Amino acid sequence: MIHIVDYKAGNITSVKRGLNHLGVDSIITPDPDILRRADKVIFPGVGQAASAMEVLRERGLDLALREVCARGAPILGICLGSQIVLDHSEEGDTACLGLLAGESKRFVLSDPALKIPHMGWNRIRVVRDHPVLKGVLAEEELYFVHSFYPQPEDPECVFAVCEYGSPFPAVIGRANLIAAQFHPEKSGPAGLRILRNFVEWHGGGR
Amino acid sequence: MLSKRIIACLDVRDGRLAKSIKFVDTKDIGDPVETARRYYEAGIDELVLYDITASSDQRSIMLDVVSAVAAQVFIPFSVGGGLRTVEDCAKVLLAGAEKVNVNTAAVQNPQLIADSSRAFGAQCVVLSMDVLAAPPTPAAPSGYEIVTHGGRTRTGLDAIAWARRGEELGAGELVVNSIDADGTQEGYALDLTRRIAEAVRIPVVASGGGGKAEHLHQVLTDGKADAALVASLLHYGITTVTELKQYLDQHGVKVRLT
Repeated sequence: MIHIVDYKAGNITSVKRGLNHLGVDSIITPDPDILRRADKVIFPGVGQAASAMEVLRERGLDLALREVCARGAPILGICLGSQIVLDHSEEGDTACLGLLAGESKRFVLSDPALKIPHMGWNRIRVVRDHPVLKGVLAEEELYFVHSFYPQPEDPECVFAVCEYGSPFPAVIGRANLIAAQFHPEKSGPAGLRILRNFVEWHGGGR
Repeated sequence: MLSKRIIACLDVRDGRLAKSIKFVDTKDIGDPVETARRYYEAGIDELVLYDITASSDQRSIMLDVVSAVAAQVFIPFSVGGGLRTVEDCAKVLLAGAEKVNVNTAAVQNPQLIADSSRAFGAQCVVLSMDVLAAPPTPAAPSGYEIVTHGGRTRTGLDAIAWARRGEELGAGELVVNSIDADGTQEGYALDLTRRIAEAVRIPVVASGGGGKAEHLHQVLTDGKADAALVASLLHYGITTVTELKQYLDQHGVKVRLT
């Protein structure tokens, strides 16, 4: 059973539909007490860092997520969920969850032909093996839509990078936390495989 | 490097797939859910479901189509047609769409773009614009004018100015649909698409006129579009997603190959 954190983020039902398709049970919950007892958590997100943090705090989900993370339950952050697990976001100068040391940064692109948001399909390069990235092929592409990206302090916490103007971290994590800037639930068969890998992962290292 | 996207547009009327030519004379050409799944399996990058249902009491049928597509198709898709309020947009997003497509209602009430962008994030809000080539006027100096109601009503608004305004208001993407090219299969409106793509920083999707792979190549290179919308080309089996992508790949356009 996977718990999906409900904090009014846009793609919650898409994540649940992806898991349904894989035959995996999941619950969408806004309740911090239910979340505290979860075995495995998906922390999705579409939208803006400041308003997301506001909702998380209002509902007490920020504390619950810290507890779940400290307890060692596997957590998958998606998109905005990969940014606000860090300490801070440049988006709205927002203090974030601090599950991982680092900051989410705005794209600074010198080439005017590169549009913002970075929207569409792009490849990732795995720089450090991880069970959740097992089977991802070099030529496979995943679906991104974002204007900020996560930058952990420790380069050891970057598992895959993507190229847009310059390389940026696309998959980050540490111990039982793994987080993807792209949307596995919207990335066709390649994305569903990553979701499946997460379902099978027990939160152990590489 | 980001791939150029190929987006299949499915016009849906009363729950059935329709293909309009110059927005009139629609024909029933199949089941939208089945077609969406088929294109997904063939490697399409994205889908647009456009509700062309005439009467508003049939709107709930569209929500059923949206959730059925969302259960089977794991790529982004947007929904448009008849979305007038933030609540209308919320319903289709909740039913499983990734983005909403606003058009006529945004011209009548530009605040709809700002409000939806604030409520769901800019990446969820696609401003779709129907554009007619027209002699330049002081209000529309570019020679391109925004039309609404499926092309029937002229607004006097300049298309380039409206594209910029849409971006300022918080749209995350633009669909530029040329009324002149739509349904002709004679090629996209290259000058129009390029001028809008150069005027904004958000992605631009070219729409209307795609009749063969060369047309997509033109609009994704010369036309500076980030994505191209196709309809008849696929619906009538003139070509396939694979053939389109192979052609683009062989001619130096980066696309997602599956």
